[in-house]
Amino acid sequence: MIRATIRRILPQLVILALVLGLNFAMFPGFFHLEMHNGRLFGNIIDVLNRGAPVALLSVGMTLVIATRGIDLSVGAVMAITGAVAASVVTEGGSWIMALLAALGAGALCGIWNGFLVAVLRIQPIVATLVLMVAGRGIAQLLTKGAILTFNDPGLIRLGGGTILSVPTPIWIWVTLAVVVGLVVRRTALGLLIEATGINERSARLAGINAKVLLIAVYLVTGLCAALAGIVVTGDIRGADANNAGLWMELDAILAVVIGGNSLLGGRFSITASLLGALIIQSVNSAILLSGMPVEFNLVIKAIIIIAILVIQSPRVKHSIYLLRASSGPVLARRAVAAKGAVGEDHP
Amino acid sequence: MNILKSLLLSAAVLMPASAFAANETVGFSQIGSESGWRAAETSVTKADAKERGITLKFADAQQKQENQIKAIRGFIAQGVDAILLAPVVATGWDEVLGEAKDADIPVVLMDRKVDAPDDLYLTAVTSDTVHEGEVAGDWLKKAEDGKPCNVVELQGTTGASVTIDRKKGFADAIADAPNIKIIRSQTGDFTRSQGKIVMESFLKAENGGKDICALYAHNDDMALGAIQAIKEAGLKPGEDIKIVSVDSVPDMHLAIAHGQSNATVELTPDMAGPAFTALEAYWKDGTMPPKWIQTKSTLYTQDSDNMAAYERKKDLGY
Repeated sequence: MIRATIRRILPQLVILALVLGLNFAMFPGFFHLEMHNGRLFGNIIDVLNRGAPVALLSVGMTLVIATRGIDLSVGAVMAITGAVAASVVTEGGSWIMALLAALGAGALCGIWNGFLVAVLRIQPIVATLVLMVAGRGIAQLLTKGAILTFNDPGLIRLGGGTILSVPTPIWIWVTLAVVVGLVVRRTALGLLIEATGINERSARLAGINAKVLLIAVYLVTGLCAALAGIVVTGDIRGADANNAGLWMELDAILAVVIGGNSLLGGRFSITASLLGALIIQSVNSAILLSGMPVEFNLVIKAIIIIAILVIQSPRVKHSIYLLRASSGPVLARRAVAAKGAVGEDHP
Repeated sequence: MNILKSLLLSAAVLMPASAFAANETVGFSQIGSESGWRAAETSVTKADAKERGITLKFADAQQKQENQIKAIRGFIAQGVDAILLAPVVATGWDEVLGEAKDADIPVVLMDRKVDAPDDLYLTAVTSDTVHEGEVAGDWLKKAEDGKPCNVVELQGTTGASVTIDRKKGFADAIADAPNIKIIRSQTGDFTRSQGKIVMESFLKAENGGKDICALYAHNDDMALGAIQAIKEAGLKPGEDIKIVSVDSVPDMHLAIAHGQSNATVELTPDMAGPAFTALEAYWKDGTMPPKWIQTKSTLYTQDSDNMAAYERKKDLGY
């Protein structure tokens, strides 16, 4: 079981190691850690911390994509939930109330998406597009178009504080991933999701209540987006309806894809998606550390991501496999030859 | 126009001089409310009009040019005395501006210019964004006074004209100060969260921030995000790292008043004031204003009364 898991996530692990190595090559202090004001401080912490929103989103997105769906609205839901949380604390509510209200708003958004997809049978990409466009407007209504700032220490701590010297967002996404991972893998839920994604009709005929399952999956995604929204809002101590979570749905989908999950639904791995999120953040970190002119940012990111996806394509994987199979004996022969003549240059 | 003038004259005779423009109606086609500054511009324009006794007809275009063209045609049909236009894009205005000209209605462009023959509009009231960068650069040059200073720069959205201009203005201003060097420059997309994230990486890449002497941010929001990053790195923003930015949003005034930032260059939301003044002169005796009225780029430092500026601005919708 564990070996199978490792084999599943091995490509992602290797890619992550390579991208982190790239960071290290550009900036030798990359893995350096120190304490500043009781807070762990270092680039690697930044990757884990700044990767939190995409990591949170990718947990929900993995499940939705496993059902052969997609959720384009998560970025807008982040803006809504951030605005809700900020409104609650500026109106004098406590951070716990803000957290619950934001989670409630995220759940509502998720149920709305799930209703459109499961009950009205609208294609997921269209159904969630509705909220992607309208959601930011709702968030702007809540903040009246301004950045709604607050000074509530509880809410700030969720996004910018630390627990045991480690930034809170890291705790949040790791906890969420473990909980969701256990729920879907220690019960039959994960299997049911995969079955629905592979063939919804046969899943239903086999006795799965696909409708409820779909709504539940979109609900979980809404909750993940709510947590991500709280994290970014707490981090800057303000709800920025225009920019919170902007285009982040695309990063979340990319994380799932880098994680080797098929957009056609079916088998999924949350761990691999999380590694995908960390890979994206490491690439961002490399771009920032490189000190290259900003015009190159997106070009560099595109090149790295195209390379990652090409390496993962079934064709290329198969060729690599064939190459290794055919060169296996050659390698062995070379090893023998190398033993005989050390230092000699073999073609 | 003659009828209008005679009407005006009779009005001027009958009324005290201060309420001269009481009968004027001005249509205002605003882009939308995509940013806090835009919202502030709208509320300042409304307040200005009220103070001068001008009836303002407001149309929010929700970032669409076709809505603006519709609104302008509506204003022409209603026979307004002038039109204020904050154009969402630079091109495609010739026809509708021609219609306004044919109807003898003066059009004043606000805060952005258009690619159209300049006889189609009365004047354009805008800020010089290159100059804003220069003011920021000059401040840093004076503050450092020959001391070596490594600057990190948070740019706006890549490719935006404001980004290009504010970058150029700052670079021009420090060109003759060999002691000031820009060591890192990255985009923070004009947002608080990106400003914070990018500043975090600057701090780590530059010896925990010890090698950074100053930060120049293309807008206040990015600077406000960066201030939090500097604090979390255990440094004092405004002291260990000097900060200068552009916009003068209320939160930045507060930060400067608390000593967490050093200077901000104002992009005034009061574009309507100069516009109305030009219009009133034009209505009165046909005085043609210059084709470009540059608004003032005021510098606010820790010596300015930032609390007063904050109080004045906090309810404008920033």
